[in-house]
Amino acid sequence: MTIAGGAYIALIFVLVLGGAIPLGLYIARILQGEVRFLAPVEHGVYAVCGVDPAREMRWQDYVVALLLLSVIHLVLLYAILRLQEYLPFNPQHIGPMSPRLAFNTAASFTTNTNWQSYAPEAQISNGAQMFGLAVHMFISAAAGIAVAGAVMRAFTSSGLQTLGNFYVDLTRITLYLLLPFTIVAALLLVWSGSPQTFAPFATAHTIFGSVQKIAVGPVALQEAIKEFGTNGGGFFNANSAHPFENPTIWTNILENWLLLVIGFALPVAFGRMVGRPRQGYALYGAMAIILIAGCIGAYAAESHANPLHVAAGISAAPGNMEGKEVRFGIAASTTFNVSATGTSTGAVNSFTDSYMPLAGAVPLFMMELGEVTPGGVGSGFYTIIVFALLSVFVAGLMVGRTPEYLGKKVQAREIKLAMLSVLILTVFILVGGGFSLITTSGLASLANAGPHGLSEMLYAWTSATENNGSAMAGISADTPLLDYGLGTAMLFGRFAFMIPVIAIAGSLAAKPKLPDSSGTFPTDGALFVALLIGVIIILGGLQFLPAMTLGPLAEHFALFAGKTY
Amino acid sequence: MTQHAETIALFDRAILARAARDAVMKLNPRLLMRNPVIFVTEIVALLTTAVGIESVVRGQGGAFALTIAVWLWLTVLFATFAEAVAEGRGRARAESLRRARTDTMAKLVLDPREPQMWKPTPALDLRKGDLVLVETSDLIPSDGEIVQGIASVNESAITGESAPVIRESGGDRSAVTGGTQVVSDWIVVRITAEQGSTFLDRMIALVEGAERRKTPNEIALDILLAGLTIIFLVAVVTLVPFGDYSHAALRVPVLAALLVCLIPTTIGGLLSAIGIAGMDRLIRFNVIATSGRAVEAAGDVDALLLDKTGTITFGNRMAAGLYPVPGVQERELAEMAALSSLGDDTPEGRSILAFVRDRFGITATAPEGATVVPFSANTRLSGLDAPGIHVRKGAVDSVLSAISLSSAPQAFTDAVSRVARAGSTPLAVSAGNRLLGVLELKDIVKPDIKERFAALRRMGIRTVMVTGDNRITANAIAAEAGVDDVIAEATPQDKLAYIRKVQAEGRLVAMCGDGTNDAPALAQADVGVAMQSGTQAAREAGNMIDLDSDPTKLIEIVEIGKQLLITRGALTTFSIANDISKYFAILPAIFLAAYPGLGALNIMQLASPESAILSAVIFNAIIIVALVPLALRGIKFRAIGAGALLRRNLLIYGLGGIAAPFAGIKAIDLVLHSFHIFS
Repeated sequence: MTIAGGAYIALIFVLVLGGAIPLGLYIARILQGEVRFLAPVEHGVYAVCGVDPAREMRWQDYVVALLLLSVIHLVLLYAILRLQEYLPFNPQHIGPMSPRLAFNTAASFTTNTNWQSYAPEAQISNGAQMFGLAVHMFISAAAGIAVAGAVMRAFTSSGLQTLGNFYVDLTRITLYLLLPFTIVAALLLVWSGSPQTFAPFATAHTIFGSVQKIAVGPVALQEAIKEFGTNGGGFFNANSAHPFENPTIWTNILENWLLLVIGFALPVAFGRMVGRPRQGYALYGAMAIILIAGCIGAYAAESHANPLHVAAGISAAPGNMEGKEVRFGIAASTTFNVSATGTSTGAVNSFTDSYMPLAGAVPLFMMELGEVTPGGVGSGFYTIIVFALLSVFVAGLMVGRTPEYLGKKVQAREIKLAMLSVLILTVFILVGGGFSLITTSGLASLANAGPHGLSEMLYAWTSATENNGSAMAGISADTPLLDYGLGTAMLFGRFAFMIPVIAIAGSLAAKPKLPDSSGTFPTDGALFVALLIGVIIILGGLQFLPAMTLGPLAEHFALFAGKTY
Repeated sequence: MTQHAETIALFDRAILARAARDAVMKLNPRLLMRNPVIFVTEIVALLTTAVGIESVVRGQGGAFALTIAVWLWLTVLFATFAEAVAEGRGRARAESLRRARTDTMAKLVLDPREPQMWKPTPALDLRKGDLVLVETSDLIPSDGEIVQGIASVNESAITGESAPVIRESGGDRSAVTGGTQVVSDWIVVRITAEQGSTFLDRMIALVEGAERRKTPNEIALDILLAGLTIIFLVAVVTLVPFGDYSHAALRVPVLAALLVCLIPTTIGGLLSAIGIAGMDRLIRFNVIATSGRAVEAAGDVDALLLDKTGTITFGNRMAAGLYPVPGVQERELAEMAALSSLGDDTPEGRSILAFVRDRFGITATAPEGATVVPFSANTRLSGLDAPGIHVRKGAVDSVLSAISLSSAPQAFTDAVSRVARAGSTPLAVSAGNRLLGVLELKDIVKPDIKERFAALRRMGIRTVMVTGDNRITANAIAAEAGVDDVIAEATPQDKLAYIRKVQAEGRLVAMCGDGTNDAPALAQADVGVAMQSGTQAAREAGNMIDLDSDPTKLIEIVEIGKQLLITRGALTTFSIANDISKYFAILPAIFLAAYPGLGALNIMQLASPESAILSAVIFNAIIIVALVPLALRGIKFRAIGAGALLRRNLLIYGLGGIAAPFAGIKAIDLVLHSFHIFS
């Protein structure tokens, strides 16, 4: 670990945590309908889509709208991927995706996962990237934030029957939040060297006289929304390690900022919406503490040189540089990676498979915690609300009252739904991962044996279920088992989690909002932050510890004992 | 407060013996299904036993499996035992109640006009609506309402209070309870309850826990615990393929041990005991809750409606000040006030003598040959006539007319109105035809009540004083007692309206009452405490009954409710926090063969993999019995504000829950090691 590395981490957090505050206040204004500078466009959208913006939705209507939109987009994206050779903007003449890969990819982009079992340069056209993938990067991100907004509204007052209008939320978030920031960020990226072109290739003449075709395309815009909407699906296979996606350390800082900032802004927006800023900052604090600990932990673990490299005399001084871009170095790589797994981005600027076992365990653990640090746009917020409800429920009784959060009583129905959503994640990660490790087709996907192989498989299922999309790599994911299995895991991880959460919001919204008193469980102080972190780790992460022991932990001790697999 | 019949020791030998037997009976899986965590433990214990026996039969040595199985069975037994002990304590109380319900012969009255004509009928054959005659030393055969007569009744069978109470027809004191005894006079009672559903029967059922249903919070907690159990079940079952891949042979006893250590057996085993013990604490306090839900609601109460008289003030006005008119010494006024009160035997009159004695050291005695003028409600004054002394004390207008004074001096009327404005009652004192001054009679606020209200406020509970007094008097007392709100000139409708208003703000309200006209408000309140001395209607409407008929107990009832919730929360937190250390004990042990490097995680330095697993299982089992006393006694509630309370409890039961098993497991491992058991 170096001072420069530590300073880099500090810089990222100062920029993110500082920037999240004004952004959060702005998002609150968007969700409350106070930002309307594009009102004519908004009305045009409603008119074209036949949406009545004044219609308030009950939670069931909200779910139906969300599912309807997602199903249509899933089918649409599947069609685009299957038919891309007949669609415009395919100068490379790329053929159709296989049905199972198209399903996997469509599920992946509809659920804000962006798990990529394909090599973009060879398997997807510029048109499909722009009109298929990039569109879904906006829609799925906006849908997540819309659901977060519905959850926030549930806490604002007593006896609410409705949670807002999904279509209005979706439109406003896209128009006032995602598009403006993405356009500005894309311009900054273009300025730094990212391409934004419809040309298929750049042709380069190497000094040896040969001609090299270098893939280019409409990269910059997709890159911006990839980070800002915590999507993570790279234009190129190498993702943010590719110099066209992430040319310089400055774009690296920008991208790291983009992928974290909404996640931290949403709790701030929440504090504003419920009129109690400190309540929002408590969630923001818990997210920040876990993420900072993860960044420091991964950086510390990665600063150790691989003992086998040392023994072979090839160790580089700063630590484990295997699989990293020299222009970024260790701190900027691990921080980006932990940020992208702490959010549901899953973008990478270094190769997770090459990390030291414990450093690789950090991104895995960040995902297992349920993506709350700060999690995907919207999803991170509503997931931490689930944990906040569970925290209040477990420990809230200790003040001598039945549990309540922000004046809303937490009762059997909420607990049932919350446990259901936590259970869904556990089942898909552990059953999927375990099953894949004992079937021949699953084992055939593994490039590594031993605990490293186990980590890779566990990572893949965790990444899919938690809608992250980060890949540790090292497995061939385009197999029937993994395409269909992971695709299903993504859909359940997204919707089987989200629907109970919206139901919780509906149930809480209808309850009376009890006034605070000195006998109320305080949920805005350091104590609650500590409790919440404890509950996230115990209820969100502990069930994965046995599997983790057989993966990264076993590998760590074996590696330092000189054993590889 | 009177203590109920007998205090039951925390661990009564007879109760323990019975509980041990019941604990075994409760192993019946169909009964255990109600408790998902312990049910899963039982299934796992069964499975481990089967595997152990199979190994023994095959001669592969099943000692370890069987040892684990024994401790898993003990885990289940300890959990059922905890519940049985709690129930046993309730049953012991029920026994003492049941003694009151004997098979008496009742005197069935056939014609209400001739109550002395009766037919002996077994009490068990009485129907609702029957009339019975109850005479001196008869037991009242069943619950009913007095339709004729007045009698003193010994209700100690129910209340534990031996002083008889007066019961009479009409009004708020007409209800009688089966099993109580008439000690003087006679009454005719209309039976209001069928046999088997009398007050006594219901009390016995409640105390025994036969009618115990899970409360809303218990149901929610059960869901959480069931959810955690399923999550850990998934984690442990899927460990089989992960282990298989890793060439780590995971045997059934090991997986069983891991699962049972991870699922929240501690709180799962103690949850119902905590609930039963909470009801029991109320009963010890001579309050019967008709449902566990009411006890829970008591902890949640945000506002207490308290009757002024008897709760906030002593109930009688007492002398509190003397204001002489100019030219009169205070001491002279005091002397005359005392002399004139010799004929006043009311509590107010006695309070004047006591006040004068305490404040001025004057003990008034009637001079030789004095005539005492006794106090009467008609004259509204009392006095004393002796040669040269004619003193009077009483209501201002009565005294003024007695001394034929048409207009009082300005200083006197000023003092009168000042006292009245302060909410007190002014009395005039005269000697001869001279006005001496004003005596202030004041509703005296109980000495410690202000501190108690401050404590309630720190708990976030608003106190509301309910009184029939006028607004001025009420506000003065309210300010002195430090209540948050006042309902003055209160009618039963006012109470009901106030409760509805507060509930509309989302707050929970507790109140107590005894009259029939209190019944609607008692029913509306979230916690309605009816006085045992009250009417049948009030007792039906409330969800708690105070056998001592002491309205001050509302405050303690709230504390008991909070204590129940705190105990439940603390043990849940403790149970869940325990998991961390159990991982450190078990995980390195089960994977050590496959990955020897994982031995580094054995931070407790446990002797061997077997002893590590066994120690964790043993700790997991005995922590249940170790916590039974805490579960039964409850964790003390402190009125230090929610933030401070949370910090304190989180520190003890949260951090303690993380740390305790490290020490416990290590200690058990050391013992196993010293006896060379699996190490």
